Amino acid sequence: MSASMTDAGATAAPHAGHAVRPFYWSVRREIWENRGVYLAPLAVAGIVLAAFLFTLRHLPGQIQDIVSLSADLKAHPGTPTAALALEKIALHKAMAGVAFPYAAAAGGLMMTAIVFAIFYALASLHAERRDRSILFWKSLPVSDLTTVLSKATIPLVVLPIATAVVALATIAVMLGLATAVMGAGGLVPSLLWGNIEISTLAISIPYGLAVLALWHAPVIGWLMLISAWAKRMTMLWALAPPAAICLFERLALGTSYAWDFLRHRLAGGFSVGFTPRTGGPGVYGVEHPDPAHLLANPGLWGGLVVAAACLAACVWLRRTRDPI
Amino acid sequence: MAASIQTRGLRKTFGSSVALDGVDLTVEPGRILGLIGPNGAGKSTTLNAILGLTQCEGELTVLGLDPWAQRDRLMNEVCFIADVAVLPRWMRVCQALDYVAGVHPRFDRAKAEAFLARTTIKSSSRIRELSKGMVTQLHLALVMAIDARLLVLDEPTLGLDLLFRKSFYDSLLNDYFDGDRTIVVSTHQVEEIQHILTDVVFIDRGKIVLDCSMESFETRYAELAAAPEHLEAARALKPIHERQVFGRSYLIFDGVDRDRLAALGEVRTPSLADLFVATMAPVAAGRTA
Repeated sequence: MSASMTDAGATAAPHAGHAVRPFYWSVRREIWENRGVYLAPLAVAGIVLAAFLFTLRHLPGQIQDIVSLSADLKAHPGTPTAALALEKIALHKAMAGVAFPYAAAAGGLMMTAIVFAIFYALASLHAERRDRSILFWKSLPVSDLTTVLSKATIPLVVLPIATAVVALATIAVMLGLATAVMGAGGLVPSLLWGNIEISTLAISIPYGLAVLALWHAPVIGWLMLISAWAKRMTMLWALAPPAAICLFERLALGTSYAWDFLRHRLAGGFSVGFTPRTGGPGVYGVEHPDPAHLLANPGLWGGLVVAAACLAACVWLRRTRDPI
Repeated sequence: MAASIQTRGLRKTFGSSVALDGVDLTVEPGRILGLIGPNGAGKSTTLNAILGLTQCEGELTVLGLDPWAQRDRLMNEVCFIADVAVLPRWMRVCQALDYVAGVHPRFDRAKAEAFLARTTIKSSSRIRELSKGMVTQLHLALVMAIDARLLVLDEPTLGLDLLFRKSFYDSLLNDYFDGDRTIVVSTHQVEEIQHILTDVVFIDRGKIVLDCSMESFETRYAELAAAPEHLEAARALKPIHERQVFGRSYLIFDGVDRDRLAALGEVRTPSLADLFVATMAPVAAGRTA
């Protein structure tokens, strides 16, 4: 999807024996078929922006609260009275309230990406067998490996990039609107901008999406494997084996290692890729990106090996299995 | 020049049922082979083996390659239309052209567009909006714009009306076939493709029951509308099939001298359809019918 790839496509002459780029066109074909990869984030961004417009009327009041509370606290340094402690809590709450919509926008878009990725992966190798269009795809000189990799590229690369771009653009628009509201209310925009850690958000969103893609890669691989294997009811086949293992372990052994393992894999991406920040005001819920902690985690590498094994199995299944 | 397709003892079983039971087939370049057989005879399995879609026992070479092991290379030289309309329904016509042009080194986009210009298909249409006939036209346009050495068509005109079927085969013959290419087509609609074939193979229960060129077909097979008084004499010449139409007996002979038959009634070359019925139904069944 880089600019150089597009240029090369424009100059490739359509003569017999002309240059081809099966992987690039396979990825484009996936995007044609699954326009949700960019429409879903855009739709969620639209909802977030519409809701944000409603909250904007509170913004000048919130900022004024922060200003007066800060001034109050500064005027009485070092006097730990109960009233001041309450004011301090109120200040943090007000600051978090101002920062919340930006983090919520990012969080909402990440959730959208996860849901989209699940449904995409479950249909990726199943739909073409069900409607028999696999016979058309297989009539062209595109290998099963290229096809499977191009399909895995959608949830692991294209979707995170699309989500990051939409999230950052959404936050930029939100900040622009908020700044305009502040200006109209006679408030200095730096009061807002100083309260939201723009650079942290700008780094955390793409980094967080990359962490999720890497951490969830084995889950995507598993879902694609089910979609290449199952004849029907892909969702059921994807959920049943792990659920059965967890249930068996709980009943037979009374332990829940399998469930803990699964939960860590499904929900633990951020705890591996970020370290919790200690105190201080700032963006609600955002923690410090910590790539070293991520790369040192054996679970990440084990997961990537599982993902590769699943994709290899997908290639083999697509090769050998008949249309449904 | 080496054969386009060469098989020796091709065998394929699905569980306990035998789909292919020792198929020997040789197709030279520049031939148009009709693969004809009843449902479940093994037509599609044979074609799938040729296309590297299914793994078989026995020897199989297509354009000098092993279709199963070297499928990715083979698909640069081979094109196929599978038995039903399989173009993805969500795709737009222009996207189909973009995609095939992007992945197939021998695809000539201008040629496909010229062919589509003769139809009523709009390039902005989605495939799901097209009629079945138009989808087949689109598929044919894509396939004919690919400079392939071997084209495999598995029931390409199934479910199409007569006009589409006729124009499909006319296009294939006039715009595509050039004497170097090899075409293998399987169909039920025997009569319609008889005139375009150079060779014909009948397949039944996984075995080839007839394999001959259309030139030798005409000299080898004869159909006799027997005069009633000569019926017994005709039967003595061991027809492979006999049927009665309006009280008159029609007998089909394999390799019996035409001059000899001419003395017993009217002689003509049987249609492929009649020979198909004759070959598939045993003589005894024909007699009692």
